[in-house]
Amino acid sequence: MTAYLIFFFTVVGIYAIAVIGLNLQWGFTGLFNAGVVGFLAIGGYTFAILTGPPRADFFGGFSMPFMVGIAGAIIASMFGALLLGLATLKLREDYLAITTFGIAITIQLAALNSDWLTGGNLGLHGIPRPLQDLFESNAAYGVFYLGLVAVTLGIVYWGVEAIVRSPWGRVLKAIREDEVAAQSLGKNVLRYRLEALMLGAGLMGLSGALYVGFIAYISPFDFMPIVTFQIWTMLILGGSGNNRGAILGALVVWAIWSGSGALVANMLPPVWQARGGALQSVLIGLLLVLTLLYRPRGLIGEETTISRHVTGTTGAGLTKKKETKA
Amino acid sequence: MLNARSLSRSFGRLKAVDDVSLSIAQGGITGLIGPNGAGKTTLFNLLAGSLQPDSGEILFQNRPIQQKTPDWRFRHGIARTFQIARPFPNMSVLENVLLAAPAQTGEAFWNGWFRQGRIGAEERRNQDRAHEILEFTTLGRLAHEPAASLSGGQRKLLELARILMTDPKLILLDEPAAGVNPALVETLCEKILALNARGITFLLIEHNMDLIMRLCRPIHVMAQGKMIFEGDGAAVRSDPRVIDAYLGDVM
Repeated sequence: MTAYLIFFFTVVGIYAIAVIGLNLQWGFTGLFNAGVVGFLAIGGYTFAILTGPPRADFFGGFSMPFMVGIAGAIIASMFGALLLGLATLKLREDYLAITTFGIAITIQLAALNSDWLTGGNLGLHGIPRPLQDLFESNAAYGVFYLGLVAVTLGIVYWGVEAIVRSPWGRVLKAIREDEVAAQSLGKNVLRYRLEALMLGAGLMGLSGALYVGFIAYISPFDFMPIVTFQIWTMLILGGSGNNRGAILGALVVWAIWSGSGALVANMLPPVWQARGGALQSVLIGLLLVLTLLYRPRGLIGEETTISRHVTGTTGAGLTKKKETKA
Repeated sequence: MLNARSLSRSFGRLKAVDDVSLSIAQGGITGLIGPNGAGKTTLFNLLAGSLQPDSGEILFQNRPIQQKTPDWRFRHGIARTFQIARPFPNMSVLENVLLAAPAQTGEAFWNGWFRQGRIGAEERRNQDRAHEILEFTTLGRLAHEPAASLSGGQRKLLELARILMTDPKLILLDEPAAGVNPALVETLCEKILALNARGITFLLIEHNMDLIMRLCRPIHVMAQGKMIFEGDGAAVRSDPRVIDAYLGDVM
């Protein structure tokens, strides 16, 4: 049970980093990124190629240190976001959603079919886990990796809070609420949207890399569109526009997802299990719809005061229902 | 201060602004009136930068700006308000105003990691200024309310407060009195005169003739995309072309 809990919290932490990335894009800036999993894939594959063992006759497997893999994953995802942003950020938000969704599927299909780079549908195996030699047992290593993820999540949370609770975050929020007005007040809207898209994508890339470092294996089937929906549900349920909400959402949704998975595995006869797995997806969709209907601000709502430097208010959230953009 | 020369802008086959020239003198309050559909708001958007002209040029302090973005124009002293006020509804009134402060260190995200002290000092200075401006615009006690809770007139005052966080040289007001209760119109009127006395130049589009006559000199009149008249209040009232433009169909 302890081993499972360690595994569980490690996965929650890895997801939470991606949810915070999406919160930067959607929660603060209003960018509808429907291709979250595409950035996880870019990060995961970059990490696997940089740190993995050499493969005969194929590209990649550079056996580089863990930190180089992490840095490469973040940079590659941000670069992907830069290209995507320059091409699409002038589009209206629904078109951005369609484009990002399409690109994520393209990345997944490209990974599936590029044996020379990604190992195709067999994936890449034997990716070394950082400092594994120092640990005698798998259990001890699990605790170490959980600690690594927790520290990373802590740094990410602190780093993102520092910048969203500054004038930069205030501009993002203004752009989300009314980009025409923000521009009329001297803000270069495209620059800020690009920054939010790239920083968010960098966190998604980091999350993908930590995931691959954790399971020591990568395959295109880890990057199906359902992952995007899981991460969106985590953000909406937890509270869009609030980073603590993003972490809480990751915890709650992953608990429901893995709990229902365990239920399916233990309660249903083997012939029904494949269909039972589909019920998990239905459950995630249901959770999303129920949240939007009954608690549109999520478990922890957003605050009206953004800047940490503004005094004289407790920053109590709006009591009335938040105006949604849709 | 601002010279627009032969500006034209069409939407499809409609010439919304047709070879219009307009000169705004420094230190004045220039009025722009005309019947609905005359092209006032299109002209206004050309000056503010949210539309690009098909032809013509705009000189601001002798510098051509017709290609510049709205944010560039704001940073260089041309500030605008909107016909239907556009507050940031889920932000507090104070933060609506703070947003508009110019050249904030904290607007570069990396400074949020490395220059917290400096950002804090700037924010405190900007807050003091924002509170002064909110007092001036009679919104002081609403500072920590979400902007969504303001009335129509208060939203117009908030837009004015926001742009006062910079030191605008020219303020473009698009129907500041539209949908505002008479008491607040009076407040607005006083504030415009007070700001003008401090040296800020204004251009006003307005349907409220009373307000226009009291504040503006000269007054420009547009009809059907063209500038048809320029003069002071008394001349505007008696000019046959203006009367014809407003009442042409009736008479």
